[in-house]
Amino acid sequence: MPMRRERVPIPFVVLAAIGAAFFIVPLIGLIVRTPWRDSITALTAPETVEALKLSLVASLSATAVGLVLGVPLAWIYARVEFPGRDLLRALTTLPMVLSPVVGGIALLLAFGRRGLVGSWLNSTFGVTLPFTTAGVVMAETFVAMPFLILTVEAGLRSMDRRYEEAARALGASRWRVFTRVTLPLIGPSLFAGAVLCWARALGEFGATITFAGNFPGVTQTMPLAVYLLVETNQEASYILSLVMLLISLVVLVGLRHRWLGSA
Amino acid sequence: MHSRVSLLIVAAAFLAACGGSSAAGTLSPTPLSGTISVFAAASLTASFTALGVSFRTANPGVAVKFNYAGSPTLVTQIEQGAPADVFASADTPNMDKLTADGYTSGTSRVFAHNQLEIVVAPGNPKGITGLADLAKPGVIYITEAPTVPAGKYSLQALASASVKVTPKSLETSVTAVMSKIELGEADAGIVYTTDVTAAGNKVAGVQIQAANNVIASYPMAAVKGTANSAVADAFIAYVLSSKGQSTLATFGFLPAA
Repeated sequence: MPMRRERVPIPFVVLAAIGAAFFIVPLIGLIVRTPWRDSITALTAPETVEALKLSLVASLSATAVGLVLGVPLAWIYARVEFPGRDLLRALTTLPMVLSPVVGGIALLLAFGRRGLVGSWLNSTFGVTLPFTTAGVVMAETFVAMPFLILTVEAGLRSMDRRYEEAARALGASRWRVFTRVTLPLIGPSLFAGAVLCWARALGEFGATITFAGNFPGVTQTMPLAVYLLVETNQEASYILSLVMLLISLVVLVGLRHRWLGSA
Repeated sequence: MHSRVSLLIVAAAFLAACGGSSAAGTLSPTPLSGTISVFAAASLTASFTALGVSFRTANPGVAVKFNYAGSPTLVTQIEQGAPADVFASADTPNMDKLTADGYTSGTSRVFAHNQLEIVVAPGNPKGITGLADLAKPGVIYITEAPTVPAGKYSLQALASASVKVTPKSLETSVTAVMSKIELGEADAGIVYTTDVTAAGNKVAGVQIQAANNVIASYPMAAVKGTANSAVADAFIAYVLSSKGQSTLATFGFLPAA
């Protein structure tokens, strides 16, 4: 469908250009300073491959956990009236504004070896989460899931509920309506939420290093590896950062039409 | 930790106020004035803040601003044009880098030494007596990444004691190791003596045998192109003076010479 050409007010163009430049100029700065000759060496270094692999596994796991736990939460926020709903929603989206390092400390106080729940996990099951890959997934989920919850809730609120009512009237069970009618209808929001959640998890740094620590192959994700490289080998850190950017860019551009759905 | 540190700061300021004027007189015949920015290693946060207060008391016309971060970060900031007048590094390689790149004026001077110490929970529940115990089964040992000076030193100390141990985590700073010990997530870590001193009764320290310990040197220098070299030089001289040295000693630093 061809887009209708609109007359754009000049001030808008100017401000929009400044806004776009604000994001693009730092990127150019990074690209200009990157020593491309060394990129193969930096990218094939075993530590890089290890960190990249761990980043992908952990961020995808965090997205999966986010979907399993976040979609029901979003559904309840969108469909159920109960006292304290706004407060609960605020609490479950708090990590969006919380400093991730503070989030990591909070996770330690809850799930650490001496934490509220963690000490019980430790004494009953012998499970300790800090310094493990599971700890990385937890930290990433904590920070990234709110993006999924809010996006899916918005999708649920804006969908046409008459389809659900019709399906119910025709005798479909609640579960069947949810899986066959609701989920497909909010598909684009679900997708957008999952992609946002994944992208946030992929870039997660503060909560991860605070809660899970930093050890190659176990808890050292790409952002952590990049942070340490900045202090010793800045050029290599530029290359790794650009790889992260490229991965995210490909995903965001490639999926744009899927998650903007009707656009 | 904060209350203890602030007590020290107040004490240092008080000491300086009692006899500050004579020190200022010997440092500079004409009264100093103006503001300087001191870029100092993160491990100097408490001690340099105290030094700044007493330096100011001794020289009422000056103001000292501090920017604390890891030494490599500070080098990057200065080389990218941040307005620094004095740089105080936690190790010599970072100072050497800044000097080699032509950003310091005059020669750098070592103003303090620091040494490593094992940090454990209060009461030392795991009964750690030295580096060898870090490798005991059931001990969660963490340290700094080798890119951080303290992490590099801890590797040197372990190698000299022939101890082979795999840390659970390579933290990005000494303060991160300290907080994980304070929270009880790890049983033992290697940090500087000054960090153990600053944490007070929240942690306990286990000394490392002198034969295996690593002594870290802290050099400082004026930054080339400083707008106020008189105050910058005076601050460096103050840190090296007996008054400055005794303040550093209260924070656990070893003397410059």
